[in-house]
Amino acid sequence: MRVKRGLADMLRGGVIMDVVTPAEAKIAEDAGAVAVMALERVPADIRRDGGVARMSDPVMIEGIQAAVTIPVMAKARIGHFAEAQILESLGVDYVDESEVLTPADESHHIDKWSFTVPFVCGATNLGEALRRISEGACMIRSKGEAGTGNIVEAVRHLRSILGDIRKITQADEAELFDWAKQLQAPLGLVQEVAETGSLPVPMFCAGGIATPADASLVMQLGAEAVFVGSGIFKSEDPAPRAKAIVEAVTHYEDPAMVAKVSRGLGDAMPGLEIGELETKLAERGW
Amino acid sequence: MQGASREHTAALKRLGATVHQVRLPEDLVGIDALVIPGGESTTISMLLESSGTFEPIAQLLHEGLPVLGTCAGMILLAGDVLDGRPDQKSFAQIDIAVRRNGFGRQVASFESDIRIKGFEEPFPGVFIRAPVVQTVDRSVEVLASVELDGGKQSPALCRQGNVMVSSFHPELTDDLRIHQMFLTNIN
Repeated sequence: MRVKRGLADMLRGGVIMDVVTPAEAKIAEDAGAVAVMALERVPADIRRDGGVARMSDPVMIEGIQAAVTIPVMAKARIGHFAEAQILESLGVDYVDESEVLTPADESHHIDKWSFTVPFVCGATNLGEALRRISEGACMIRSKGEAGTGNIVEAVRHLRSILGDIRKITQADEAELFDWAKQLQAPLGLVQEVAETGSLPVPMFCAGGIATPADASLVMQLGAEAVFVGSGIFKSEDPAPRAKAIVEAVTHYEDPAMVAKVSRGLGDAMPGLEIGELETKLAERGW
Repeated sequence: MQGASREHTAALKRLGATVHQVRLPEDLVGIDALVIPGGESTTISMLLESSGTFEPIAQLLHEGLPVLGTCAGMILLAGDVLDGRPDQKSFAQIDIAVRRNGFGRQVASFESDIRIKGFEEPFPGVFIRAPVVQTVDRSVEVLASVELDGGKQSPALCRQGNVMVSSFHPELTDDLRIHQMFLTNIN
């Protein structure tokens, strides 16, 4: 566990970028990404195209692994342990069991303890986060609403998770039993959170980050690193925006620095209003 | 900057040191020693450059500021980096050559007890996409080694003057002996 979550610790304060080609992976690495997420389509395109979204073609993943020296992550469908086994055999550094892809199992997530490769999973609230950790996830990310360029859902999820953690630290022993019941989470993990005041694994933010200011916002709210999906390569000028978001995450507490890196980046990705969405990806997962 | 600075901060505070984060050149004023944590060396290199901290740190290290580098920190202090990015910068403060990700990808990351010169009990070595030390100048003291595939030993903890580097992560364990050794050397 120490080795598996250790890589998540090393990614803290960094930006993990979605890429669909080796050329994009190079741009991400050049911009200072700590890792890339190799996938066939960014969430905005998955949302637009519809249909079943699956694990990427191994050829594409291997092409990206060959193009960069930083860690390469890839996504498997919720519950699709065979896709995860394939990704592990390809030597990816992290598997994202992701709601962005079409779920393969409507009640079970992958038993992540049975893998050597570490997993990251999305969560919308503390109960979901602790259930994923109980299944072996070594990193939690907010789900947000991927592919929208709209930060509101990620903020909701971060506030929900971190707000409940703050409440739990004030609860007495008897109340923790009720918290475990309400959260539908293992009592042992609830007690651990109460004692330490944080999740047992690093918590990153994903879903809707499009600007350096978005990155600063979620870091100030308590995220330890950020995933940027469509926000970079669906913007007008990806390379400078990617670098600006990296710098905004480093200097998130310094508004003058975030202002400096926000200048003249061109248009951000066009955003979507959450209320008008046909499919909410964050509702996938159980 | 980027990486696992929180664990180093916690370890050093437990030993009574005053610690603050360095993100900008002004953060370097008045420091007695520097820790470069694990993280992504290419990212840290880029951020050192863009924040204007690379040159002032290089100058302080040149003047003999004590420094501890773990994993990515080892890469940033090594005289020679193999398999890095061509634009990756190093402070070149210790005469070793390291191969980035020399042990391989994350699935090859591992934990192994290692023997450290001067320590009675073995130290829990946590190696994460760790660099492999390929060559070491005679002036560098090798304090611990780790076994590579095939049984060959490779240096894992090295010291040269005020510079100490490890390819593993003492900050991810509760064992404070390496941080203690670093602080003792400063005094």
